[in-house]
Amino acid sequence: MSDPDFTFTIDGKTIAGKPGQTIMEAADEAGVYIPRLCDHEGLRHQGGCRICTVKAEGRSVAACTQPAAAGVVVESETDHINKLRRDLVEMLFHEGNHLCPICEASGNCELQAMAYRLDMTAPTKFPFLEPCRELDASHPDIALDTNRCISCGRCIRASQDIDQKGIFGYVGRGIHRRVAVNGNNLAGTDADIADNAVSADVCPVGCIIRKGVGFATPIGEREFDQGMIGTDIEGKRRD
Amino acid sequence: MIEARKARVATVSLAGCFGCHMAILDIDERLIELMKLVDFDRSPLTDKKTFTNRCDIGIIEGGCCNEENVHVLRDFRRNCDVLIAIGQCAIMGGLPAMRNAIMHSDAPLRECLEEAYITGKYIRNTTHNIPNDPALPLMLDEVYPCSDVVEIDYQIPGCAPEGDIIFETLTRLLAGKFHGFSSDSIKFD
Repeated sequence: MSDPDFTFTIDGKTIAGKPGQTIMEAADEAGVYIPRLCDHEGLRHQGGCRICTVKAEGRSVAACTQPAAAGVVVESETDHINKLRRDLVEMLFHEGNHLCPICEASGNCELQAMAYRLDMTAPTKFPFLEPCRELDASHPDIALDTNRCISCGRCIRASQDIDQKGIFGYVGRGIHRRVAVNGNNLAGTDADIADNAVSADVCPVGCIIRKGVGFATPIGEREFDQGMIGTDIEGKRRD
Repeated sequence: MIEARKARVATVSLAGCFGCHMAILDIDERLIELMKLVDFDRSPLTDKKTFTNRCDIGIIEGGCCNEENVHVLRDFRRNCDVLIAIGQCAIMGGLPAMRNAIMHSDAPLRECLEEAYITGKYIRNTTHNIPNDPALPLMLDEVYPCSDVVEIDYQIPGCAPEGDIIFETLTRLLAGKFHGFSSDSIKFD
């Protein structure tokens, strides 16, 4: 006998949940968007970026990994939580070299779109770390600019779980933890342009670059020029 | 009694590409409406090189990449009541700040200048020198956002910001009704 379906609330809205669902999965189905960067449809949850932090019964949890449960009271769109989310996004901007005006992902970038959604207009007073990382353009169809990487690990999970290849992985620890390729460079791996890990949707920023298509869609007509991130999920809400 | 007069506006382009000034012109025919509210003082648009009056609003395009930029920016802070940084270069360094990532020591700067003026494949520099005329302003160690040098009151994001957001922000500020940007008007490109 399986557990019956249940309901819980997010910001006072009643959400239907099924056993085994995370808070975010149930919210997505109900048309309530919880901001996220490291989580991506079709990939296993990681709970790494913490942008999806919500308060469940007063405790801060990652909505993408926390199981939904009957009667739980979840807070998401509060000033306090959105301030925490904005702080996280701001720190990501300071950690790498995120120069939107020169980045071909601008307009399709989830980090940038999240900054728009969370009303980030200017950098904080934190120092910019300004890393100087090598560009890997060795592969004929794909280039990697890890100066823009936010270590979300989406390419790692896509390559391991969907492509069954393991081209990408984490190296280092703490603030030095970075995404790297399993080989001397990308050309030394069996990466292919048809891999799910290098498809346009998996990398949320402009780190994995598909060569030859960069400006096929001009700035101003791109995904997040059409609407704010999350509006596709919010559009499913029926109240 | 407070004298009734138009607001005085000064503008300048520091380490920028002049694109933000072009974006000011993108206000199009609403410039006529704006000109009923403001007079331009020191600005490339009037070709005035110095302040003739204290200004109400100073508009800064571009960040600080050399000592002249810092000097001009401080002059603007002294002579303007409200400073507005427009565009990504003024706000966070922008394109010129690309050099920051290679500027953690002196050697890469030399490499960068040598490639730009001497060894680069497409360079035709008959003097084989890196420009060093004493009249050239000294380069700073890094490119700095304006808010690192002086206090900035408002920042309009964009590269360049659209004419609409510049017009909206200016007219709302002049009417005392500016309360931040709506999320869907924020753009960094």
